[in-house]
Amino acid sequence: MDPRLILAVGASRLSAAAIRRLGRGGGTALPGLLATLIDPGALGKLSRQLPGGCVVVAGTNGKTTTARMLATILEQAGHRVVHNRSGSNLVRGITAAFAEQSSLLGRVRGEIAVIEADEAAFPAVVRQTRPRIVLLLNLFRDQLDRYGELDTVARAWGEALRALPNESRVVVNVDDPTLAALTGELGGRRLAFGLAEQRVALDGLPHAADASVCRRCGTAFTYRAAFLSHLGDYRCPGCGFERPPLDVAASSITLEGLERLSFEVAVPGHDPWPVEVPLSGLYNAYNALAAVAASLALGVATEQIQSGLATMRAAFGRLERISYEGRSLVIVLIKNPTGLNEVVRMLASARVEAPLLVLINDLDADGRDVSWLWDADLEPLAGARFPVFTGGIRGADMALRLKYAGVPQERLRVLGDLPGALDAFVSELAPGQTGYILPTYTAMLALRRALAGRGVAPAFWQQ
Amino acid sequence: MELTICWLYGRTMNIYGDRGNVLALAQRCRWRGIEARVIELGVGEPLEPGRCDIFFWGGGQDREQVAAARDLQGPKGEILRREIEEGAPLLAICGGYQLLGHYYRPHQGEPLPGLGVFDAWTEAGSRRMIGNVVVESEEFGELVGFENHSGRTFLGPQARPLGRVRVGWGNNGEDKTEGCRYRNAIGCYLHGPVLPKNPPLADFLIEAALRRRYGEVTLPPLDDTLERLAHASAVSRAHSAR
Repeated sequence: MDPRLILAVGASRLSAAAIRRLGRGGGTALPGLLATLIDPGALGKLSRQLPGGCVVVAGTNGKTTTARMLATILEQAGHRVVHNRSGSNLVRGITAAFAEQSSLLGRVRGEIAVIEADEAAFPAVVRQTRPRIVLLLNLFRDQLDRYGELDTVARAWGEALRALPNESRVVVNVDDPTLAALTGELGGRRLAFGLAEQRVALDGLPHAADASVCRRCGTAFTYRAAFLSHLGDYRCPGCGFERPPLDVAASSITLEGLERLSFEVAVPGHDPWPVEVPLSGLYNAYNALAAVAASLALGVATEQIQSGLATMRAAFGRLERISYEGRSLVIVLIKNPTGLNEVVRMLASARVEAPLLVLINDLDADGRDVSWLWDADLEPLAGARFPVFTGGIRGADMALRLKYAGVPQERLRVLGDLPGALDAFVSELAPGQTGYILPTYTAMLALRRALAGRGVAPAFWQQ
Repeated sequence: MELTICWLYGRTMNIYGDRGNVLALAQRCRWRGIEARVIELGVGEPLEPGRCDIFFWGGGQDREQVAAARDLQGPKGEILRREIEEGAPLLAICGGYQLLGHYYRPHQGEPLPGLGVFDAWTEAGSRRMIGNVVVESEEFGELVGFENHSGRTFLGPQARPLGRVRVGWGNNGEDKTEGCRYRNAIGCYLHGPVLPKNPPLADFLIEAALRRRYGEVTLPPLDDTLERLAHASAVSRAHSAR
């Protein structure tokens, strides 16, 4: 028994319960902060009790969805999973998630943990939890005012990976050249995944592509196929660095509108087998492939992976559908240019012709610098026939971006901040019509509050 | 009429939406019936004298900045300097701005030589200066943007600042100056990107380019309602949540 840990767990759980009773939200930040103040080593002590170890999921885009997929697969396979489901992914939020699933004596009730970690918190989380598996998804430009330049994040990740225990495995998306280079020296401890599919390749590199220059020699990559931003099958003409061979690949990818996607999992030496996921967009194919690769590394059986993915539900605000006043609202979180590009690509490829509301906030959690809107390729919206509304603290910036993308001014309207923007948007929808809402992180929280206040959506900590 | 916009190091030095400046120049030309062509000029690609009408140069990470500085040591840098001396309009943001001064001195290693177009120099600082910026410029009025730099730029006796900082850090966080002006060249730390939300700055560059190529021209005004709205909301944001 560890009195300090017991105190930390107790303080976290009590404060979380109190916050929830007061109706003040999910209650993860403050409880976790208390726990880490009382016992700075709490996360390490709790996470290392798990017989199945920890999986730490990191990446700019797709962490929450991928972690959720993996947790669902493991639960379907009969494991009791500790998981920071609400997406609180700093050390404090993760500590609170562990405390929430521990006894008052500081014993964790679970076999294995799936932890999503923030990019900046990743080194600290890895140091404390000594994960059995690290799952690396991608590194895009995101909130540079918070994280510093991409190079800085990559360097910190490299150091964290070098300090991993010898028995840890790193499951990594090697379509991302930065991640392939960072994990190049792990040898057999690396499990490389990526796409083997020319049909979903882009015509060229999008503008938000960040890491299209070789880290080793500075030469621009050539791409046999570019799939999503700088992710693809690349080769450096300068030093010959190229995408390493894939241990787990997705082929025959089919994206069916906004409803579902499917692909075949190919592992060298084995017959390919199909998976189907009730989510859409190529980025979700990447997320599902990541969850598949990590599951395989954990020794989960094929059938359990298939049935886990088939029952996946969209995470909070990730293509979530809500009925409200006889209208259907589809909410898709946007965080950075690559995410926004993919949402635009998905709407265009599904030929969605429905009014759009883009909500842009510039609070700390969104990134205070809204210049990222100009790194996204919004030009596919120029020819759309539906009206585009903007709102949030920086809704005017979004409208301006759309104007310069070629959306005619008469189809643009700035609605102001929430909750007014929601009411104005809904009043523009005909009964039975679907409207798409694309909020940044804090705009999504505000949208949730506005909807919850009208008795619609469940609060996110109940999911 | 037609103009060629030269985007210097567009592939390697394009950070924090700097590309929006190129979009703004091109669209504000097109909306006035002026054909705008954008060419990207990367490391190792030669600059042909007289071919380009407007130059844009954005910010980048350290590694890319070193490559660009090296690329400009020689005839290419000489041609660019001459174009600026002869009145070619240019906008350089952050990393590009720093390399138009005499030098950039990093934390470690040798200083990176600049083109010396601006009588200015930059020293690496330990504090990152991040946030919304409002600048008062005699020439262009109130300018708004977002800064994110640790380099501290100091102006020499020959240099004219772009404006005075009302909110934010500016060139160095000390003397309240922001940016630098020389002939038709503008260097500054304003990301945001700066041109869409500050149309007088964009139109200055376009007009200077047209004058140089076609003689006396007056730009017809555009409907800048959204530009003004975004400008005003950014300024009020800067004042309330710096």
